[in-house]
Amino acid sequence: MDGGWLLLAILFSSLGPGIAIFFLPEHRHRLRITLNLGGAGIKLALVGVLLAGVLRGDEYQFSLPLMPGIDLVLAADALSLLFASLSAVLWFVTTVYAIGYLEGSPRRSRFFGFFSLCVSATVGIALSGNLITFLIFYEMLTLATWPLVVHRGTPAALRAGRLYLGYTLTSGLVLFTAIVWLTLLAGAEGFTPGGYLGDLSETHALSLQVLFVLLMIGFGVKAALFPLHSWLPIAMVAPAPVSALLHAVAVVKAGAFGIIRVVNDVYGAELAIELGLTAGLLVVAAFTIIYGSIQALRADDLKQRLAFSTVSQVSYIILGVALAGPLGIIGGLVHLVHQGITKITLFFCAGNFAETLGIHRISELNGIGRRMPLTMLAFTLGGLGMIGLPPLAGFVTKWHLGLGALEAEAHWVLGVLVLSSLLNAAYFLPPIIRGWLGERREPWHEPLRDHAGPTRFETHWMLLFPVVFTAVLGLAVGLFSGLGLSPLGWVSLIVQRDYSLPEFSL
Amino acid sequence: MIEAPETWLPTAIAGLVGLSLAVAVVATAWPRQAHRIGLFGALAVFAWVLGLSALFVAAGPEAEAAATRVALGGWEAPLGLMLHLDGLSMTLLVLTAIVALATSLYSLGYIHDRIERRQFWPLWLWLWAGLNMLFLSGDAFNLYITLEVVSLSAVALVAFTGTAAAVSGAVRYLLINILGSLSFLMGVVLLFGEHGVLDLVLLEARSEAGPTERMAAVLMTAGLMLKAALFPLHVWLAPAHGSAPAPVSAVLSGLVVTGSFYLLLRLWMGVFAPLATPAFGILIGLLGVAALIWGSAQALRAGRLKSIVAYSTVAQFGYLLVAFPLMLVDPDAWRVVVFFAVVHALAKASVFLAAGTLQHAAGHDRLAELGGVLRARPRTVFALGLAGVSLMGLPFTGGFIAKYLLLEAGLGTILAGSVIGVLWVVAIAGGGLLAAAYVLRMVAPAFHRGPERAGEAVSPWMDWVPLGLATVAALAGFAGTLTLHTLTLTPGAP
Repeated sequence: MDGGWLLLAILFSSLGPGIAIFFLPEHRHRLRITLNLGGAGIKLALVGVLLAGVLRGDEYQFSLPLMPGIDLVLAADALSLLFASLSAVLWFVTTVYAIGYLEGSPRRSRFFGFFSLCVSATVGIALSGNLITFLIFYEMLTLATWPLVVHRGTPAALRAGRLYLGYTLTSGLVLFTAIVWLTLLAGAEGFTPGGYLGDLSETHALSLQVLFVLLMIGFGVKAALFPLHSWLPIAMVAPAPVSALLHAVAVVKAGAFGIIRVVNDVYGAELAIELGLTAGLLVVAAFTIIYGSIQALRADDLKQRLAFSTVSQVSYIILGVALAGPLGIIGGLVHLVHQGITKITLFFCAGNFAETLGIHRISELNGIGRRMPLTMLAFTLGGLGMIGLPPLAGFVTKWHLGLGALEAEAHWVLGVLVLSSLLNAAYFLPPIIRGWLGERREPWHEPLRDHAGPTRFETHWMLLFPVVFTAVLGLAVGLFSGLGLSPLGWVSLIVQRDYSLPEFSL
Repeated sequence: MIEAPETWLPTAIAGLVGLSLAVAVVATAWPRQAHRIGLFGALAVFAWVLGLSALFVAAGPEAEAAATRVALGGWEAPLGLMLHLDGLSMTLLVLTAIVALATSLYSLGYIHDRIERRQFWPLWLWLWAGLNMLFLSGDAFNLYITLEVVSLSAVALVAFTGTAAAVSGAVRYLLINILGSLSFLMGVVLLFGEHGVLDLVLLEARSEAGPTERMAAVLMTAGLMLKAALFPLHVWLAPAHGSAPAPVSAVLSGLVVTGSFYLLLRLWMGVFAPLATPAFGILIGLLGVAALIWGSAQALRAGRLKSIVAYSTVAQFGYLLVAFPLMLVDPDAWRVVVFFAVVHALAKASVFLAAGTLQHAAGHDRLAELGGVLRARPRTVFALGLAGVSLMGLPFTGGFIAKYLLLEAGLGTILAGSVIGVLWVVAIAGGGLLAAAYVLRMVAPAFHRGPERAGEAVSPWMDWVPLGLATVAALAGFAGTLTLHTLTLTPGAP
């Protein structure tokens, strides 16, 4: 049997239930939950099968002719599995969270329908085997996310939605044009470790440079690179599970993943260095890291602070890629996973505070650790992880990024890393300190309990369990990063396999 | 032994003309049962066209083997009338069959008044038969006749509800059509006077870049541009398409306009090909850019749902004009243009059908007061959005594939050294953004917080057909290879 069917099955495990959910009447509560969790569970299992297969060295590919000479190609390499397993795991968790979060609210069929489409598009991005397939799923993601951003239907939500579409569709067109151009020049090649443009570097150097800038504009909007990031902090008006999806599972990740693909598998690190492209990207990424952190420091709204923190943190991934050496790439790739797990924890926590106690601002967090100890503990772990405290996930990232900077002899990057860690601490420690040590005199408002009755735990169990799970996961990927199947181990495998660097060792 | 598919083709072609005419005649003769005859006729013609296309593709891959000319009554041209089937006409026949079947099913739910039913169905079946004959006609005079059949039944369909707005819209539409047809006919007469033949293949062989051809080209092109509502001769379109009943608007914007465009393409690829100079191409391309901007701007300002859709047709046809200079650089690009027209027709028809459902439910189509109905009818809004995505040219839809191929052709001209190619590329890419803006205007109110109002009940046909057709428009992306292959089966074309 051709392994391609497995890839299709992974795609349809969320697409099928998603389409079915659209047509469900609002009151079919149980069936909708079954479809949601069933799809998420099947996807997780299938990704597991695929993971084992790729580890064995099996090849998986599916292709379908779209236009003369241009195919829709799904393929699984180690890099695509990194992203696919991240989104499969986090999707499962987010689905549980979203079911709890939206319980009793209207229009859930529409919400979960688009929610599933979003994840299907993300997995499609992960499994894309060439740029055109990537573009197709990338634009699908844009369209499927918009209804989620505007889900609440308030004027603020609609404004955020307009801004989101304005940014992403415009950048999508830039990307579209660039990809058609590149395909005209180089043909519809599949992603190749080390790139496939080497032959053109002599004759079309200028075109390749212009194309790189266009591609970075195309992906940079979703990856929230400065100055294309403005939509992200405004889109935080969306419900918390959507924020999780935007910041950790799908949207910004898709942008960052696109940049990884272009630098590593289209241009190839060597060619990118030779054309002087990575240097520019490095500066933009470094600036975005500092800028995002400073903006985060100024925000009092918890979700807004987290959003600016994402602007900063996602650029670590790009920084690692732009260092263009094996260690830097390890740091960047592993942060794709680490940032996802950590940031989703933080957004879930913010959602729990807002849902359970109606708390949105950092200045209101005083003493919340006594009322919601588990959530606050998870928030603490997430925050410290972001700061990069050993042995948490963020430390592993920053360590490798630092080594990568030394390897690339870009010493100023170390300065950026230190400065940004200080800024991280400056904006994550205050909410943590307020939460544990602050005093609250008046009783808490309890919108959740007033509305839905008493809860057994500090909040609804479907809100609490995902937070605890991702917090533990964030702790585990840091603690056990030495093991072969940890994200770091997997990333090292990718770098060893795809870049075949003999002199390289961990 | 099974006979080769091409031996069946002539019979199947003549049979298609016969069948569609027979359905129209029977429905006219027996108006009381017109809707039943119409339904079965629609299914039969649809099946026939699908069968014909299977035969046609199977007869390939040589263009000469598949393309077929049938002499009616055994008289060959120049004396007799020729039916002519090639890849271009086959593609448009299939498109017509799909849109027409959807429209017929939709009309079962839309038109339930007994009197209206008797008037609508025969006219509609004549229109469809006219389109089928238009695509199969092989000579200039026959093209004029079939064009008239299409135009006159279209005018009657705009008017048939009998309201003051419909009648005044129809009268204006009639005048435009007469003007366009006359202009076209004069061109035909000039060509006949010069060369003494009407058959397109014979004309193409004899035509050169002489003054008569120039005059004929100006007259026929102007007439057809008027009918196809190509910028700047588009002003009549929005009022006529916007005021017609929903299934009629869908057919006018999806098929009738495309029919006139088909003729333009056919003439400029054949008889008038020697006249196309680069400067002329650039002029047409500039008109296209103007159409894109002007049409989109109007669609962004319009206050009524159906006006937005109608102005979007003006804008989208701008792409077809922009593609003209691309065809001069890369002659192969004509297939992309046809594919774009096909995808646009599918998407536009579903948008009009969806708009009709909303209008019927609300009793009006003023966008500002439509929010409640939009919120209460997610299925129709989904159809509107899905077809809208195709109009924007975003994946997974057919619109995306068409846009990709257009962009590829545009960038190809830049790489070939044409500076003005940059303008075409910007127009092709930027037009999608404008389309996104006006599609969003139609869809976004469904997401506003506010009360729901289901409005008047609509029949299941009106509920589901727009969604079905929009799905077809979206999946047309997967038919890209097949369509482009079918189009290569056109002898004489590059």
